[in-house]
Amino acid sequence: MRIPVFALGLILWALGPATALEIEDHRLYPGTGDRILRIVSTTDLAVFEPYIQAFRRAQPGVSIDYSVVSSSVLHRAILGGAQFDLAVSSAMDLQFQLANDGFAQRYNSSATEALPDWARWRDLIFAFTTEPAVVVINSARFAGLSLPTTRQELIAILRDNPDRFSGAVGTYDVRDSGLGYLFATQEDRSTDAYWRLNEVMGRLGPRLYCCSAQMIDDVAEGRLALAYNVLGSYAAERLARDSGGRVQILKMQDFSNAMLRTAFVPASAQETEAAGALIDMLATLALREAPGDWPLPPLSQAGAGQAIGFGPIRLGPALMVYLDPLNRRAFLTEWENAMEQR
Amino acid sequence: MNETTSIGQRLTLLLAVMAALLSVLSWGMVTGLARQAAERTQDNVLAASATTIAETLRSEQGEVRLELPYAAFAMLGAISEDRVFYRVTAADRMLTGYHDLPPPGGGTQGQVVFDTGVYSGATIRMASVTRLVLAGAEPVPVTVTVAQTRDGVGAIASDLSRLAAILSVAFFFVAVALSAFVARTSLRPLHNIADAVSRRGPSDLRPLLRAAPADLAPLLSALNRLMDRLGQSIRRSEDFIAEAAHRIRTPLATVRAQAEIALRSVEDEAEKQRLRRIIRAVDESSRSAGQLLDHATVAYRAEDLTRDPLDLADLAIQTAAAMEPTAAMRDIRLRLETVPARVTGDAVLLDNALRNVLDNAIKYSPEDTTITLRVARTGTEAYITVTDEGPGLGDGPVESLTERFRRGSNTGSIVGSGLGLTIAADVLRAHGGRLELKSTEHRRGACVSLFLPLA
Ligand SMILES: Nc1ncnc2c1ncn2[C@@H]1O[C@H](COP(=O)(O)OP(=O)(O)OP(=O)(O)O)[C@@H](O)[C@H]1O
Ligand SMILES: [Mg+2]
Repeated sequence: MRIPVFALGLILWALGPATALEIEDHRLYPGTGDRILRIVSTTDLAVFEPYIQAFRRAQPGVSIDYSVVSSSVLHRAILGGAQFDLAVSSAMDLQFQLANDGFAQRYNSSATEALPDWARWRDLIFAFTTEPAVVVINSARFAGLSLPTTRQELIAILRDNPDRFSGAVGTYDVRDSGLGYLFATQEDRSTDAYWRLNEVMGRLGPRLYCCSAQMIDDVAEGRLALAYNVLGSYAAERLARDSGGRVQILKMQDFSNAMLRTAFVPASAQETEAAGALIDMLATLALREAPGDWPLPPLSQAGAGQAIGFGPIRLGPALMVYLDPLNRRAFLTEWENAMEQR
Repeated sequence: MNETTSIGQRLTLLLAVMAALLSVLSWGMVTGLARQAAERTQDNVLAASATTIAETLRSEQGEVRLELPYAAFAMLGAISEDRVFYRVTAADRMLTGYHDLPPPGGGTQGQVVFDTGVYSGATIRMASVTRLVLAGAEPVPVTVTVAQTRDGVGAIASDLSRLAAILSVAFFFVAVALSAFVARTSLRPLHNIADAVSRRGPSDLRPLLRAAPADLAPLLSALNRLMDRLGQSIRRSEDFIAEAAHRIRTPLATVRAQAEIALRSVEDEAEKQRLRRIIRAVDESSRSAGQLLDHATVAYRAEDLTRDPLDLADLAIQTAAAMEPTAAMRDIRLRLETVPARVTGDAVLLDNALRNVLDNAIKYSPEDTTITLRVARTGTEAYITVTDEGPGLGDGPVESLTERFRRGSNTGSIVGSGLGLTIAADVLRAHGGRLELKSTEHRRGACVSLFLPLA
């Protein structure tokens, strides 16, 4: 059997043990037995821990080894055959490609059957949250301005107040962040305002981030007036902690991307049973009615049937279009031209 | 009778087997067609996808450039959840995609070439388009290949196949029901003929004249020929019996006449005695022969009885008239008391029965007495009672007198064969009636009654 290898750009990492990865955070939750469920995830520990604890209560025998990595590191790790039992990521395009290329194994249960069609693909990959991209602003730095509700208004405000926003606008560095790239490409596909907004932001000397959390921190601290395309769930979580009301979340009325956080069992997984149990738990929570105390939102009730730009991004082969090296190179060139004009 | 499987069942079974074969055949065909249709759909979408990508091919500064349009893959995702692979090569140089995808089969430029292969452990269907792109001075052939696994095709095909299977089974059951109906309908003429034959009286040997399907015409004519032969053989037996009686009696009569003549010319008492014994033996033989043949006639006519309507009174009058001379020879008077009493039956046989009874009465009664024939009815029966003033039926059980060749102890020198009452009893039994024998108590004499059901 030939293992499909993505042609350009994705040079195989000579991956040794998992520790050789660029791991941002790691924690072992010991269980009473000797089975270890190894999870590789892009989700911060603080966000995911409630799920881990819930799982441990249900399956106290299983130890959990949780590694937080960036989405591109996760992608490379799975490509390289690193030993993980469950891969959880917000970069649904990279996740989809891994499943398409045969790096995921099938899993099927009544819990996954209950998921709507658009939230799973071939019993390989399962979505368990719908998380929108939002605009986060610092209320103080927006004082005296009407809050924008569409990209058109946002462009106008940014253009009309260059002094106020110069160096105070943040967004993902799409070259580094898989999620940022996903949001950017989907916006490119859906609205022409995206490039005009990029032009305007580029003139303001934008600050580029790898992760949502830091962007929100900087907005809260006042270092940023506005962060564009932030993951809504994290922002919401942060806001809950931040009581001062200094940070506000804006949802664009013209168009709003929603990402599906997905999980799959890598082909090389060993603890498939425990991984399946965790997927079942996540799938069940994904369909919960009440929000509950969970840090991540459930699957949106709207589903994929919504008007384009308001439902979640579709889990399908089209996601691979922007991963194509030629397309990616072309997109990044254009993005750089817009963002870095000095 | 040796019964084999009924034609109806066999016909139904055969038709059912045929229906089953057709069901399986149609199921197979629908399944095949469904698969073909699904495959063609996939081919069309793959071709559209490859063509869409090929349309973005262009040359920029001597380089072949392209971009994968979002729609090219979105359309693949729309038809099924199949895995998607692709590759773009310029001449032999990879431009993008999965480099180890199996190479497409050769084909004319500008046309979509389809191929099936195995990749990443799954069967894939590939569509390739080659276009010439001017890169620098040279035109370079650029090949776009888009491939997809075939699970969606399989799923659609097996869905439709299952549907077709359900329909085939339903079709089969309907066909079986129709087969049973058809078998029954086509066998109806046969049943009709069978009914017509079995409804007939036993002596009804007329040919069956009814419309029958051409297939049954040979059977019908064979049946008619058989009945014709049967009728002939019956007539021959009748003739034979009559002929036989005649052939036996005529020589016996001659012997008797000769013996009478001899008796008159002989003087010696011993000789005379011997001749008398001869005459008596001849009488007995003649009587026996006649009675035996009558008995045979009765037995055989009783088998298929003709049932003509008749009046017992008429019968009594006629028979009495016929016996009158015999009675007169012995100065015996025949008295008739009749009421009309309608019955059905064979006049010849009934006459025979009554004649035997009357014969007994005349034969066993002393001279100068009266024999009474009375015809009467009860609610359901008609009867003739013959009462004489003779010695009666004796002390033994009267029923035994109807046994064959049984004669009473009181017969003395009276000639007889012992079959008379047997014949009478048989005739009445064949008509659903009975013979009743009684000795009258207050007066001496026998009382014999012939009972028949009223018409
Ligand atoms: N009317 C009668 N009176 C007295 N005895 C009778 C009378 N009828 C019948 N029997 C007795 O019943 C016997 C049987 O009668 P059946 O008619 O069967 O025979 P058969 O008269 O002797 O001979 P045949 O065959 O010539 O009539 C007779 O032999 C006779 O003894
Ligand atoms: Mg007699």
